[in-house]
Amino acid sequence: MFNTKISKEELERISGVKTNKCMKCGKCSGTCPNFDGMDYHPHQFVDMVDKGNIEPLLQSDSIWTCLSCMACLQRCPRNVEPAKLIEAVRLAVVRQQDANHLHAEEIPELLDEDLPQQAIVSAFRKYKK
Amino acid sequence: MKYSYYPGCTLKTKAKELNDYAIRSAKVLGIEMEEIENWQCCGGVYTTAKDEIATKLSSIRALAQARDKGQDLLTLCSACHNVIKRTNNDIQTDGDFAFKANNYMAPDMEYHGETKVVHYFEVLRDVIGFDTLKSKVVNPLKGRKIAPYYGCLLLRPGTVMAFDDPENPRVMEDFIRAIGAEPVMYAQRNECCGGYMTLNDKEIAENRSETVVTSAVKKGADCMITACPLCRYNLEANSVTELPVIYFTELLAEALGVKEVQ
Repeated sequence: MFNTKISKEELERISGVKTNKCMKCGKCSGTCPNFDGMDYHPHQFVDMVDKGNIEPLLQSDSIWTCLSCMACLQRCPRNVEPAKLIEAVRLAVVRQQDANHLHAEEIPELLDEDLPQQAIVSAFRKYKK
Repeated sequence: MKYSYYPGCTLKTKAKELNDYAIRSAKVLGIEMEEIENWQCCGGVYTTAKDEIATKLSSIRALAQARDKGQDLLTLCSACHNVIKRTNNDIQTDGDFAFKANNYMAPDMEYHGETKVVHYFEVLRDVIGFDTLKSKVVNPLKGRKIAPYYGCLLLRPGTVMAFDDPENPRVMEDFIRAIGAEPVMYAQRNECCGGYMTLNDKEIAENRSETVVTSAVKKGADCMITACPLCRYNLEANSVTELPVIYFTELLAEALGVKEVQ
Protein backbone atom coordinates (compact mmCIF):
# COMPACT_ATOMS: atom_id res chain seq x y z
CA MET A 1 0.00 0.00 0.00
CA PHE A 2 1.32 3.43 -0.86
CA ASN A 3 1.85 6.31 1.53
CA THR A 4 -1.47 8.04 2.22
CA LYS A 5 0.00 10.85 4.31
CA ILE A 6 -0.19 13.46 1.59
CA SER A 7 -0.93 16.95 2.88
CA LYS A 8 -3.15 19.67 1.47
CA GLU A 9 -0.08 21.93 1.35
CA GLU A 10 1.84 19.43 -0.76
CA LEU A 11 -1.03 19.05 -3.24
CA GLU A 12 -1.44 22.84 -3.45
CA ARG A 13 2.30 23.19 -4.07
CA ILE A 14 2.38 20.55 -6.84
CA SER A 15 -0.80 21.81 -8.53
CA GLY A 16 -0.57 25.55 -7.94
CA VAL A 17 -4.27 25.40 -7.00
CA LYS A 18 -5.66 27.40 -4.08
CA THR A 19 -8.68 25.45 -2.90
CA ASN A 20 -10.06 28.30 -0.79
CA LYS A 21 -10.79 30.32 -3.94
CA CYS A 22 -13.68 27.90 -4.68
CA MET A 23 -17.19 29.37 -4.27
CA LYS A 24 -18.82 25.93 -4.58
CA CYS A 25 -20.94 26.64 -7.63
CA GLY A 26 -20.49 23.09 -8.97
CA LYS A 27 -19.90 24.18 -12.55
CA CYS A 28 -16.75 22.00 -12.82
CA SER A 29 -18.69 18.80 -12.16
CA GLY A 30 -21.69 20.04 -14.15
CA THR A 31 -19.53 20.45 -17.24
CA CYS A 32 -17.41 17.29 -16.78
CA PRO A 33 -17.94 15.09 -19.87
CA ASN A 34 -16.99 12.00 -17.87
CA PHE A 35 -19.09 12.73 -14.78
CA ASP A 36 -20.61 9.23 -14.78
CA GLY A 37 -17.16 7.64 -15.00
CA MET A 38 -15.88 9.25 -11.81
CA ASP A 39 -16.46 8.10 -8.24
CA TYR A 40 -15.36 11.48 -6.88
CA HIS A 41 -16.20 14.49 -9.03
CA PRO A 42 -14.12 17.59 -9.71
CA HIS A 43 -15.90 19.76 -7.10
CA GLN A 44 -15.33 17.03 -4.49
CA PHE A 45 -11.59 17.04 -5.16
CA VAL A 46 -11.49 20.76 -4.43
CA ASP A 47 -13.68 20.48 -1.32
CA MET A 48 -12.03 17.38 0.13
CA VAL A 49 -8.48 18.64 -0.38
CA ASP A 50 -9.52 21.94 1.20
CA LYS A 51 -10.73 20.04 4.27
CA GLY A 52 -7.69 17.73 4.33
CA ASN A 53 -9.81 14.66 3.57
CA ILE A 54 -7.33 13.35 1.03
CA GLU A 55 -6.98 9.60 1.52
CA PRO A 56 -10.24 8.64 -0.29
CA LEU A 57 -9.06 10.66 -3.31
CA LEU A 58 -5.71 8.85 -3.39
CA GLN A 59 -7.62 5.56 -3.58
CA SER A 60 -10.29 6.77 -5.99
CA ASP A 61 -10.97 5.59 -9.57
CA SER A 62 -11.31 9.21 -10.59
CA ILE A 63 -7.57 9.86 -10.67
CA TRP A 64 -7.45 7.29 -13.51
CA THR A 65 -10.72 8.19 -15.26
CA CYS A 66 -10.29 11.98 -15.44
CA LEU A 67 -9.93 12.66 -19.18
CA SER A 68 -7.59 15.64 -18.68
CA CYS A 69 -9.84 17.44 -21.18
CA MET A 70 -9.59 20.68 -19.18
CA ALA A 71 -13.32 21.45 -19.44
CA CYS A 72 -13.52 22.09 -15.67
CA LEU A 73 -10.37 24.16 -15.77
CA GLN A 74 -11.63 26.30 -18.65
CA ARG A 75 -15.11 26.87 -17.26
CA CYS A 76 -14.36 27.54 -13.58
CA PRO A 77 -15.59 31.09 -12.86
CA ARG A 78 -13.09 31.45 -9.99
CA ASN A 79 -10.09 30.07 -11.85
CA VAL A 80 -9.62 27.29 -9.29
CA GLU A 81 -8.74 24.83 -12.07
CA PRO A 82 -9.81 21.48 -10.53
CA ALA A 83 -8.08 19.41 -13.27
CA LYS A 84 -4.71 20.54 -11.91
CA LEU A 85 -5.66 19.28 -8.47
CA ILE A 86 -6.78 15.90 -9.82
CA GLU A 87 -3.45 15.65 -11.65
CA ALA A 88 -1.55 16.44 -8.45
CA VAL A 89 -3.42 13.71 -6.53
CA ARG A 90 -2.66 11.23 -9.32
CA LEU A 91 1.02 12.20 -9.29
CA ALA A 92 1.14 11.88 -5.51
CA VAL A 93 0.24 8.23 -6.13
CA VAL A 94 2.25 7.29 -9.25
CA ARG A 95 5.41 8.95 -7.97
CA GLN A 96 5.51 6.38 -5.20
CA GLN A 97 7.24 3.04 -5.53
CA ASP A 98 5.31 0.33 -7.37
CA ALA A 99 2.21 2.48 -7.84
CA ASN A 100 2.08 2.66 -11.64
CA HIS A 101 -1.39 2.20 -13.10
CA LEU A 102 -0.14 1.01 -16.51
CA HIS A 103 2.82 -1.30 -17.15
CA ALA A 104 4.84 -1.78 -20.33
CA GLU A 105 4.12 -5.52 -20.27
CA GLU A 106 0.39 -4.83 -20.64
CA ILE A 107 0.79 -2.78 -23.81
CA PRO A 108 1.12 -5.44 -26.54
CA GLU A 109 -2.31 -6.93 -25.90
CA LEU A 110 -3.91 -3.47 -25.86
CA LEU A 111 -2.66 -2.56 -29.32
CA ASP A 112 -4.56 -2.71 -32.57
CA GLU A 113 -3.35 -1.89 -36.04
CA ASP A 114 -4.73 1.65 -36.15
CA LEU A 115 -3.97 2.80 -32.61
CA PRO A 116 -1.76 5.91 -32.86
CA GLN A 117 1.53 6.05 -30.95
CA GLN A 118 0.19 9.21 -29.34
CA ALA A 119 -2.26 7.11 -27.30
CA ILE A 120 0.51 5.03 -25.78
CA VAL A 121 2.86 7.87 -24.86
CA SER A 122 -0.03 9.87 -23.43
CA ALA A 123 -1.29 7.00 -21.29
CA PHE A 124 2.23 6.34 -20.00
CA ARG A 125 2.69 9.99 -19.17
CA LYS A 126 -0.50 9.94 -17.13
CA TYR A 127 -0.39 6.51 -15.53
CA LYS A 128 3.26 5.75 -15.00
CA LYS A 129 6.13 7.35 -13.16
CA MET B 1 7.81 32.11 -45.57
CA LYS B 2 9.84 29.46 -43.76
CA TYR B 3 8.93 27.75 -40.50
CA SER B 4 10.64 25.33 -38.17
CA TYR B 5 8.33 22.32 -38.26
CA TYR B 6 7.74 19.89 -35.40
CA PRO B 7 5.92 16.79 -36.73
CA GLY B 8 5.78 14.59 -33.60
CA CYS B 9 5.75 10.80 -33.26
CA THR B 10 2.41 9.92 -34.82
CA LEU B 11 2.74 12.07 -37.95
CA LYS B 12 5.68 9.96 -39.06
CA THR B 13 3.83 6.70 -38.58
CA LYS B 14 0.06 6.22 -38.18
CA ALA B 15 -0.88 9.73 -39.30
CA LYS B 16 1.34 10.21 -42.33
CA GLU B 17 -1.55 11.71 -44.31
CA LEU B 18 -1.91 14.59 -41.84
CA ASN B 19 1.77 15.39 -42.43
CA ASP B 20 2.02 14.71 -46.17
CA TYR B 21 -1.07 16.65 -47.26
CA ALA B 22 0.02 19.58 -45.08
CA ILE B 23 3.45 19.77 -46.70
CA ARG B 24 2.01 19.42 -50.20
CA SER B 25 -0.57 22.15 -49.56
CA ALA B 26 1.96 24.45 -47.90
CA LYS B 27 4.06 24.45 -51.09
CA VAL B 28 1.08 25.74 -53.07
CA LEU B 29 0.53 28.43 -50.46
CA GLY B 30 4.16 29.57 -50.40
CA ILE B 31 4.94 28.13 -46.97
CA GLU B 32 8.10 26.14 -46.36
CA MET B 33 8.10 23.64 -43.50
CA GLU B 34 11.66 22.90 -42.41
CA GLU B 35 11.64 19.93 -40.08
CA ILE B 36 13.79 20.52 -37.02
CA GLU B 37 16.66 18.11 -36.50
CA ASN B 38 16.58 15.28 -34.01
CA TRP B 39 13.23 16.29 -32.52
CA GLN B 40 12.05 14.22 -29.59
CA CYS B 41 8.52 13.16 -28.66
CA CYS B 42 6.57 15.85 -26.79
CA GLY B 43 5.12 13.22 -24.43
CA GLY B 44 1.59 13.44 -25.83
CA VAL B 45 0.06 15.20 -22.85
CA TYR B 46 1.16 18.26 -20.93
CA THR B 47 1.68 17.77 -17.22
CA THR B 48 0.15 20.55 -15.16
CA ALA B 49 2.27 19.86 -12.07
CA LYS B 50 4.51 22.83 -11.27
CA ASP B 51 7.38 20.60 -10.19
CA GLU B 52 7.57 18.58 -13.43
CA ILE B 53 10.76 19.54 -15.27
CA ALA B 54 12.22 16.56 -17.15
CA THR B 55 8.99 15.76 -19.01
CA LYS B 56 9.01 19.21 -20.60
CA LEU B 57 12.59 19.33 -21.82
CA SER B 58 11.94 17.79 -25.24
CA SER B 59 9.60 20.69 -26.03
CA ILE B 60 12.19 23.20 -24.88
CA ARG B 61 14.86 21.63 -27.10
CA ALA B 62 12.56 22.02 -30.11
CA LEU B 63 11.67 25.58 -29.15
CA ALA B 64 15.32 26.54 -28.67
CA GLN B 65 16.24 25.10 -32.05
CA ALA B 66 13.59 27.24 -33.76
CA ARG B 67 14.83 30.30 -31.82
CA ASP B 68 18.40 29.66 -33.00
CA LYS B 69 17.17 29.68 -36.62
CA GLY B 70 15.07 32.79 -36.07
CA GLN B 71 11.91 30.96 -37.11
CA ASP B 72 8.47 30.40 -35.63
CA LEU B 73 7.75 26.79 -34.59
CA LEU B 74 4.95 25.25 -36.65
CA THR B 75 2.87 22.33 -35.36
CA LEU B 76 0.13 20.20 -36.92
CA CYS B 77 -0.88 17.66 -34.28
CA SER B 78 -3.21 19.14 -31.66
CA ALA B 79 -1.44 17.28 -28.85
CA CYS B 80 2.05 18.45 -29.79
CA HIS B 81 0.72 21.96 -30.17
CA ASN B 82 -0.84 21.89 -26.70
CA VAL B 83 2.26 20.48 -24.99
CA ILE B 84 4.77 22.75 -26.71
CA LYS B 85 2.75 25.93 -26.42
CA ARG B 86 2.00 25.40 -22.71
CA THR B 87 5.63 24.53 -21.99
CA ASN B 88 6.67 27.71 -23.79
CA ASN B 89 4.24 29.63 -21.60
CA ASP B 90 5.72 28.02 -18.49
CA ILE B 91 9.22 29.10 -19.34
CA GLN B 92 8.01 32.62 -20.13
CA THR B 93 6.02 33.08 -16.94
CA ASP B 94 7.50 30.79 -14.26
CA GLY B 95 11.00 31.92 -13.28
CA ASP B 96 11.59 28.91 -11.06
CA PHE B 97 10.74 26.53 -13.92
CA ALA B 98 12.90 28.50 -16.38
CA PHE B 99 15.86 28.39 -13.99
CA LYS B 100 15.56 24.66 -13.34
CA ALA B 101 14.99 23.73 -17.00
CA ASN B 102 17.97 25.74 -18.21
CA ASN B 103 20.09 24.47 -15.34
CA TYR B 104 19.18 20.91 -16.26
CA MET B 105 19.93 21.26 -19.97
CA ALA B 106 22.92 23.62 -19.67
CA PRO B 107 22.46 24.91 -23.26
CA ASP B 108 24.93 27.21 -25.02
CA MET B 109 22.32 29.93 -24.90
CA GLU B 110 19.58 29.82 -22.26
CA TYR B 111 16.02 29.57 -23.52
CA HIS B 112 13.36 31.86 -22.06
CA GLY B 113 10.39 31.49 -24.39
CA GLU B 114 11.54 33.62 -27.33
CA THR B 115 9.96 31.35 -29.97
CA LYS B 116 6.42 31.83 -31.24
CA VAL B 117 4.47 28.57 -31.51
CA VAL B 118 1.92 28.49 -34.32
CA HIS B 119 -0.51 25.82 -35.42
CA TYR B 120 -1.10 25.20 -39.14
CA PHE B 121 -4.66 26.54 -38.76
CA GLU B 122 -3.24 29.79 -37.38
CA VAL B 123 -0.96 30.12 -40.39
CA LEU B 124 -3.94 29.61 -42.72
CA ARG B 125 -5.98 32.22 -40.83
CA ASP B 126 -3.39 34.81 -39.77
CA VAL B 127 -0.59 34.59 -42.32
CA ILE B 128 -2.23 33.46 -45.56
CA GLY B 129 -5.77 34.57 -44.76
CA PHE B 130 -8.94 32.72 -45.68
CA ASP B 131 -9.75 35.11 -48.54
CA THR B 132 -6.39 34.35 -50.16
CA LEU B 133 -6.84 30.65 -49.49
CA LYS B 134 -10.26 30.80 -51.16
CA SER B 135 -8.70 32.43 -54.23
CA LYS B 136 -6.22 29.54 -54.53
CA VAL B 137 -8.86 26.83 -54.38
CA VAL B 138 -9.12 25.07 -57.76
CA ASN B 139 -11.49 22.35 -56.67
CA PRO B 140 -14.11 23.83 -54.31
CA LEU B 141 -15.76 21.13 -52.20
CA LYS B 142 -19.27 22.21 -53.12
CA GLY B 143 -22.17 20.48 -51.43
CA ARG B 144 -20.05 18.79 -48.77
CA LYS B 145 -21.38 19.15 -45.22
CA ILE B 146 -18.40 19.01 -42.89
CA ALA B 147 -18.40 18.89 -39.10
CA PRO B 148 -15.34 20.58 -37.58
CA TYR B 149 -14.05 18.76 -34.50
CA TYR B 150 -11.91 20.95 -32.27
CA GLY B 151 -11.65 18.62 -29.28
CA CYS B 152 -9.82 19.89 -26.19
CA LEU B 153 -6.21 20.43 -27.05
CA LEU B 154 -6.31 23.26 -29.58
CA LEU B 155 -8.55 25.39 -27.38
CA ARG B 156 -7.82 24.80 -23.72
CA PRO B 157 -6.71 26.44 -21.56
CA GLY B 158 -7.89 29.44 -23.56
CA THR B 159 -5.65 31.95 -21.77
CA VAL B 160 -2.52 30.03 -22.79
CA MET B 161 -3.52 28.54 -26.14
CA ALA B 162 -5.10 31.80 -27.42
CA PHE B 163 -6.09 29.81 -30.51
CA ASP B 164 -9.67 30.98 -30.79
CA ASP B 165 -12.65 31.67 -28.54
CA PRO B 166 -12.48 28.48 -26.42
CA GLU B 167 -16.27 28.15 -26.15
CA ASN B 168 -17.30 29.53 -29.51
CA PRO B 169 -14.45 28.92 -31.94
CA ARG B 170 -14.79 29.63 -35.67
CA VAL B 171 -11.43 29.06 -37.34
CA MET B 172 -12.35 25.58 -38.58
CA GLU B 173 -15.75 26.77 -39.81
CA ASP B 174 -14.07 29.61 -41.70
CA PHE B 175 -11.58 27.13 -43.13
CA ILE B 176 -14.42 24.88 -44.33
CA ARG B 177 -16.12 27.85 -46.03
CA ALA B 178 -12.83 28.90 -47.66
CA ILE B 179 -12.47 25.50 -49.35
CA GLY B 180 -16.01 25.76 -50.69
CA ALA B 181 -17.85 23.42 -48.31
CA GLU B 182 -20.52 24.02 -45.70
CA PRO B 183 -19.66 23.81 -41.97
CA VAL B 184 -22.03 21.90 -39.72
CA MET B 185 -22.64 23.38 -36.26
CA TYR B 186 -23.11 20.80 -33.51
CA ALA B 187 -22.96 20.87 -29.73
CA GLN B 188 -20.06 18.49 -29.06
CA ARG B 189 -17.45 20.06 -31.31
CA ASN B 190 -15.23 21.13 -28.38
CA GLU B 191 -15.88 18.24 -25.98
CA CYS B 192 -13.45 15.39 -25.36
CA CYS B 193 -13.32 12.24 -27.58
CA GLY B 194 -12.05 10.12 -24.68
CA GLY B 195 -8.36 10.58 -25.48
CA TYR B 196 -5.84 8.06 -24.16
CA MET B 197 -8.61 6.42 -22.13
CA THR B 198 -9.07 4.12 -25.14
CA LEU B 199 -6.07 2.13 -23.96
CA ASN B 200 -7.28 0.83 -20.63
CA ASP B 201 -10.83 2.07 -20.04
CA LYS B 202 -12.39 1.57 -23.43
CA GLU B 203 -15.98 2.01 -22.31
CA ILE B 204 -15.33 5.63 -21.37
CA ALA B 205 -13.73 6.34 -24.76
CA GLU B 206 -16.65 4.62 -26.49
CA ASN B 207 -19.20 6.72 -24.62
CA ARG B 208 -17.42 9.96 -25.41
CA SER B 209 -16.80 9.19 -29.08
CA GLU B 210 -20.35 8.02 -29.69
CA THR B 211 -21.70 11.21 -28.08
CA VAL B 212 -19.54 13.40 -30.32
CA VAL B 213 -20.27 11.51 -33.54
CA THR B 214 -24.05 11.30 -33.04
CA SER B 215 -24.13 15.01 -32.23
CA ALA B 216 -22.60 15.75 -35.66
CA VAL B 217 -24.68 13.16 -37.55
CA LYS B 218 -27.93 14.57 -36.16
CA LYS B 219 -27.01 17.93 -37.67
CA GLY B 220 -26.52 16.38 -41.11
CA ALA B 221 -22.73 16.07 -41.34
CA ASP B 222 -21.37 13.77 -44.03
CA CYS B 223 -17.86 13.82 -42.63
CA MET B 224 -15.84 15.25 -39.77
CA ILE B 225 -12.41 16.90 -39.78
CA THR B 226 -9.77 16.96 -37.06
CA ALA B 227 -6.12 17.88 -36.52
CA CYS B 228 -5.53 15.16 -33.93
CA PRO B 229 -4.60 11.51 -34.71
CA LEU B 230 -5.96 10.24 -31.40
CA CYS B 231 -9.29 12.05 -31.88
CA ARG B 232 -9.53 10.54 -35.35
CA TYR B 233 -8.85 7.06 -34.01
CA ASN B 234 -11.37 7.35 -31.18
CA LEU B 235 -14.13 8.87 -33.29
CA GLU B 236 -13.81 6.12 -35.89
CA ALA B 237 -12.85 3.05 -33.85
CA ASN B 238 -14.82 3.72 -30.67
CA SER B 239 -18.17 4.98 -31.93
CA VAL B 240 -20.97 2.71 -33.08
CA THR B 241 -22.42 5.37 -35.36
CA GLU B 242 -20.29 5.57 -38.47
CA LEU B 243 -19.04 8.85 -39.87
CA PRO B 244 -15.87 9.31 -41.93
CA VAL B 245 -13.31 11.29 -39.91
CA ILE B 246 -10.47 12.79 -41.92
CA TYR B 247 -7.57 15.14 -41.38
CA PHE B 248 -8.26 18.73 -42.34
CA THR B 249 -5.11 18.75 -44.45
CA GLU B 250 -6.55 16.07 -46.73
CA LEU B 251 -9.49 18.34 -47.62
CA LEU B 252 -7.12 21.27 -48.01
CA ALA B 253 -4.98 19.31 -50.47
CA GLU B 254 -8.10 18.18 -52.33
CA ALA B 255 -9.37 21.76 -52.66
CA LEU B 256 -5.97 23.00 -53.79
CA GLY B 257 -5.78 20.25 -56.40
CA VAL B 258 -2.71 18.54 -54.93
CA LYS B 259 -4.28 15.54 -53.26
CA GLU B 260 -2.93 13.14 -55.85
CA VAL B 261 0.85 12.96 -56.16
CA GLN B 262 2.08 14.62 -59.32
